[in-house]
Amino acid sequence: MLSIQLSNVGKSYRVYPNQWARLLEWLFPFLGTRHNRAEVLQAVSFTVAPGEAVGLIGRNGAGKSTLLKIITGTTRQSTGEVKLHGRVAALLELGMGFHPDFTGRQNLYTAGQLMGFSEAEITTMMPSIEAFAEIGEFIDRQVRVYSSGMQVRLAFSLATAIRPDILIVDEALSVGDAYFQHKSFDRIRQFKAQGSTLILVSHDSAAIQAICDRSILLDNGRVVRDGDPHSVLEYYNALVANSTNIGEASTCSGMIATTSGNARAQVASIRLETADHPDAEVVFIGQWVSLVIDVESLDDVEALVCGYAIKNRLGQDIYGTNTFHFQQQVTQLAVGTRVRYSFKFPVNLNAGEYSIATALTAGETHLEGNYEWKSLAKVFTVVNSGIKPFTGFVWLEPSVTVEVDQ
Amino acid sequence: MPAQRLSRLVAHRGFITASVKREFQLKYRNSLLGASWTILNPLAMIIIYTLVFSRVMQARIPGIDGAYSYSVFLCTGVLLWGLFSEIVQRTQSMFVDNANVMKKINFPWLCLPTIVLGSAVLNFLIIFGLFALFLVVVGLLPGLATIALVPIAILLMWLALSLGVALAVLNVFFRDVGHLTGIALQFWFWLTPIVYPASILPERVESLLWLNPLATCIVAAQQVILAREWPSWSSMWFPLVVSAALTVWAWYLFRAHEDEIVDEL
Repeated sequence: MLSIQLSNVGKSYRVYPNQWARLLEWLFPFLGTRHNRAEVLQAVSFTVAPGEAVGLIGRNGAGKSTLLKIITGTTRQSTGEVKLHGRVAALLELGMGFHPDFTGRQNLYTAGQLMGFSEAEITTMMPSIEAFAEIGEFIDRQVRVYSSGMQVRLAFSLATAIRPDILIVDEALSVGDAYFQHKSFDRIRQFKAQGSTLILVSHDSAAIQAICDRSILLDNGRVVRDGDPHSVLEYYNALVANSTNIGEASTCSGMIATTSGNARAQVASIRLETADHPDAEVVFIGQWVSLVIDVESLDDVEALVCGYAIKNRLGQDIYGTNTFHFQQQVTQLAVGTRVRYSFKFPVNLNAGEYSIATALTAGETHLEGNYEWKSLAKVFTVVNSGIKPFTGFVWLEPSVTVEVDQ
Repeated sequence: MPAQRLSRLVAHRGFITASVKREFQLKYRNSLLGASWTILNPLAMIIIYTLVFSRVMQARIPGIDGAYSYSVFLCTGVLLWGLFSEIVQRTQSMFVDNANVMKKINFPWLCLPTIVLGSAVLNFLIIFGLFALFLVVVGLLPGLATIALVPIAILLMWLALSLGVALAVLNVFFRDVGHLTGIALQFWFWLTPIVYPASILPERVESLLWLNPLATCIVAAQQVILAREWPSWSSMWFPLVVSAALTVWAWYLFRAHEDEIVDEL
């Protein structure tokens, strides 16, 4: 028996040029249609087995949230069929439609009853919900004074108070702090081990890699890739990287890639080479990689320095250097010369998403002859594969000796 | 299909009763006197109407004697009108008001009009109880015919609810409906014999009054309370037919556009 079965699911919205057109169509349907259809999902088909965890990825507007809403049942598909087996619990967007004037506890009763629980059942669940949410005495204060993190804590604790057969989690969890994220992912893992099916939407590739057995990539409302998370994420990163090639384009995380400079030299290609992949999108903590940058001069250039900076998802520089500091300055380049730079280093970074910015200059800083400066030239993901858990930005794993003085 | 909807609705009865209770609490939250406001508001209305119309203006209903007759007449109409307009107003905005929850939790939407109905009935019972007390005090308590108020009120609520649900669906797609309802209700109030008795109207206009299904209900109630007579049941066929037709229309509208409602909110 399959847990979730979607066959040929499509969703389209009617788009009217204006309200009068809608009114005319409603009043006189025999005069013909006056709307266009905006397709949000097209021919989406997949099945999920019980206990399977599926990560749904895709750019903003790819249709992920719509698909979750259809599976949850808050909106209905225009075409196709959805079959579900078992009780569904969903955490869509922020909160659970909490009313700001009521206390957290009162809201738990309302939302719980909406989900189909009886008052007595909720009363029984209440201590465990309170214990998991850990919001202390805020539970008896009006929701209007809650932070968004507290609302998510309450909503998640309620949605998962009783193990559902199918758990659907939208990006909501990313609002919670690291502690709660960790705690909720632990609970999700437990549920999965006990046989719950999981559908997760996240822009956090590390989370998807860590929890999901399978990943589905949606683009423009269609399933583009369906397979193991690693390869699907690589495809996704390539898809995102492609869109950054065009001068200024927005990436999945909403950052803007920009290019500036006098264009006397340019980065022709940039890739991360690992032992088993010439152009990796996902690398492991501690893995040795080579950052290979091919530069092409578009003019006669007296001196060329190539620099790069690795930035985390917040745009903070994690590490940056250039060939000037390594006495590797190339001089007197004729137009059309190609130069290959190779920077080999171990990825001593914590898991997460990183971007690389490149700079081609004449000297030590980009103030001296800025040929090309490019942000988000490359996006990659670092995942933890068997490294001892740690916190922070960098991997500084110590060797530990403990002496107990008896 | 309707049977399945009904069973889902019944499964959510806990939510419905709790919501009615919550709404009652919410109305008087952060007030010192709390639920006593439920009584104070209509009490003020009854006192004002009685003082102004019965004592100051010496208003009388043609054909019915008694110092309080006009006040009683007015209160009957206003109370029933309050029930009607509360149901229509709150039902027509129910989808728009609950968009937040409808987008996040999958639940039977027919809970929403049921909650509106429950709240309205609760409020009405409190106010009407007080009014009945007032009737006893002024010695106007009608006899057995009072029972007739029950089917009259049910008919009036049915009319309000079916109209409200149809408007609620329309309001999702055309927000003008919400504004328009407010205006239309004001006209409707004065087109119904609530403040004035139907008998003061010119004959030609009075005969048109029966096209207003609400007028039939309210006149019947006034008759029960003031004249202590059984209402003329035969006049009820028109509001019945209108309610039934509105129900069919509301159900058709809801079914036809149900799938698009959440997308439009």
